[in-house]
Amino acid sequence: MGVYLAKRLGYYVVLLVVAICLSYLLASVALDPRAYYAGRQPPISPAAVDAHLTAIGVNDHTPLMDRFGHWAVRALHGDLGKTIDGTSVNAEFGRRLGVSLRLLLAGTIIGTVLGVLVGAWTAVRQYRLSDRVVTLASFALLSTPVFLLAVLLKTGAIWFNNTTGTHVIQFTGESTPGLGGGFWTVLKDRSVHLLLPTISVALFAIASYSRYQRSTMLDVLGSDYLRTARAKGLRRRTALLRHGLRTALIPMSTFFSYGFLALFTGATFTETIFGWHGMGEWFISSINDNDVNSVVAVNVFAAVVVLLSGFLADLLHAALDPRVRHA
Amino acid sequence: MTTTTTPAVLVDAEAVAERPAASRARVVARRFVRNKGALTGAVVLVALFLMAFAGPYVTHWSYDAIDYTALRQPPSARHWFGTNGIGQDVFAQTVRGLQKSLLIGLLVALFSTVLASLVGACAGYFGGWTDRLLMFAVDLLLVFPSFLIIAIISPRLRSGGWLAFVGLLAVFGWMITARVVRSMTISLREREFVRAARYMGVGPFRVILRHVLPNVASFLIIDATIAVGGAVMSETALSYFGFGVQPPDVSLGTLIADGTPSAVTYPWMFFFAAGLLVLFVLAVNLVGDGLRDAIDPTAGGGRGRKGGRR
Repeated sequence: MGVYLAKRLGYYVVLLVVAICLSYLLASVALDPRAYYAGRQPPISPAAVDAHLTAIGVNDHTPLMDRFGHWAVRALHGDLGKTIDGTSVNAEFGRRLGVSLRLLLAGTIIGTVLGVLVGAWTAVRQYRLSDRVVTLASFALLSTPVFLLAVLLKTGAIWFNNTTGTHVIQFTGESTPGLGGGFWTVLKDRSVHLLLPTISVALFAIASYSRYQRSTMLDVLGSDYLRTARAKGLRRRTALLRHGLRTALIPMSTFFSYGFLALFTGATFTETIFGWHGMGEWFISSINDNDVNSVVAVNVFAAVVVLLSGFLADLLHAALDPRVRHA
Repeated sequence: MTTTTTPAVLVDAEAVAERPAASRARVVARRFVRNKGALTGAVVLVALFLMAFAGPYVTHWSYDAIDYTALRQPPSARHWFGTNGIGQDVFAQTVRGLQKSLLIGLLVALFSTVLASLVGACAGYFGGWTDRLLMFAVDLLLVFPSFLIIAIISPRLRSGGWLAFVGLLAVFGWMITARVVRSMTISLREREFVRAARYMGVGPFRVILRHVLPNVASFLIIDATIAVGGAVMSETALSYFGFGVQPPDVSLGTLIADGTPSAVTYPWMFFFAAGLLVLFVLAVNLVGDGLRDAIDPTAGGGRGRKGGRR
């Protein structure tokens, strides 16, 4: 099994390197950093623009391969270069990563756990009213794009605030700027800001995971070993959780890893619409600014997330399935 | 000897081949119609297509015409869905946007399914280095967050118009389907009829087209159906951020983006487009699910839904 995981890891590293190189070349060819300085008041002289672009290593008069070489050497030392404003990409990366994590963590955990539980529950209650209602609701949710749900939540919050004449639900940014007060005031303020993004992230996770979990659980429910477990005297709940759900979770590990990618893409919308300055929002703004180094940084991040979650899925699979573990 | 007892050998070969196919189609159709959700979805889809393609002919407003006497008017007899901030008829715009979104969704699903089935079948059929190379390409494209790559490239393709956008969406939407086709092909390759064809000297591409692909067709049909919904979602999402369909052309995504700031104050600018989008994707998903149950009743209800959304 160690060999299997090592092989997977090696494959992932090769994929990662190729993906990063390609995304650098793609971003360099497709984006035009010069456009960022066009139309400024007062106008910036072409020489100054040239000097600045050369300084941050994205001058399109330098041959592409030279730029790539410089970037790659620095990237190997852990330095992802400078943003188009001349600040360090690494610093920006760290700051934005924190924001994204704070935004997504609660929603993902709540959504995954609830999604698995809801899926297993609806499988046990197949074709009853509760199953039908949950199925229809998750179908409707899965048919709603992330940005639409986020906008709807926001609209609902505005309506709620207007009708009650309060400002209970906050939906812009991570915290109220310039808010004083002690720890509890800050914590309350932050959780109020987190409310809507968390609902939006969690709802999608619940909707999609519960569908998968329901079908894997249904496959397990009819199995002989579950009947044996009941026959040897286990309580229904114990049999379902220890023997049923555990087995039904194995195929889910793959879906969890695909879910991370969807989550990241979804975060682009959630962050932009709720005004959080995280990785997703950075991506949209860096494309609009033609900021090559930042775009590549976000791509690196996304590729690492995808591959890490793929590797995590392999590990999870090994942990849950003894056949893989002992193979 | 009467015709009813004609030995099978004498019956026209084509008729024999046709009979089981026709009855299977009937079985599938019967199962599909019995599924209430799928039937509702199909009816809604037909209605939406009618609306998208006949809609422009039932209103005398053009989607880009401006009525200076009616700015931000709520729905009325004159403007069925009201007007927007510069006096354009929201019904005409919504219908036009729906039409564009549906066209994009259909074309993307078609292209990506064709690509997926060819790549998957070749990888599975040839095996060896072809397989390894193609699967590396698949993994590579899966590692790239497709949304990000499309967002980077699509501004460069603006001169190509919406068809270039369709191509871009298709290029990033086929990978998981290809994987499934590949694994199905690997098991088909060892089946007797494929081996027989191979030993009779039929060329590999002919075998793939004539013997492999028809046997994965039912999966491809289901997958393509669901891909339409996924493609429409990607299209609207990209257009929402300005990376997709460009003005003056409209799609559901651009309409939703334009209507968002006034969703509370002037709801008609936002909710007609948003509602139609959700309705369409929901109907596609219901039909896809019903097709799956009808074609392969042993498959679980939510099986095989893939992360094609967003």
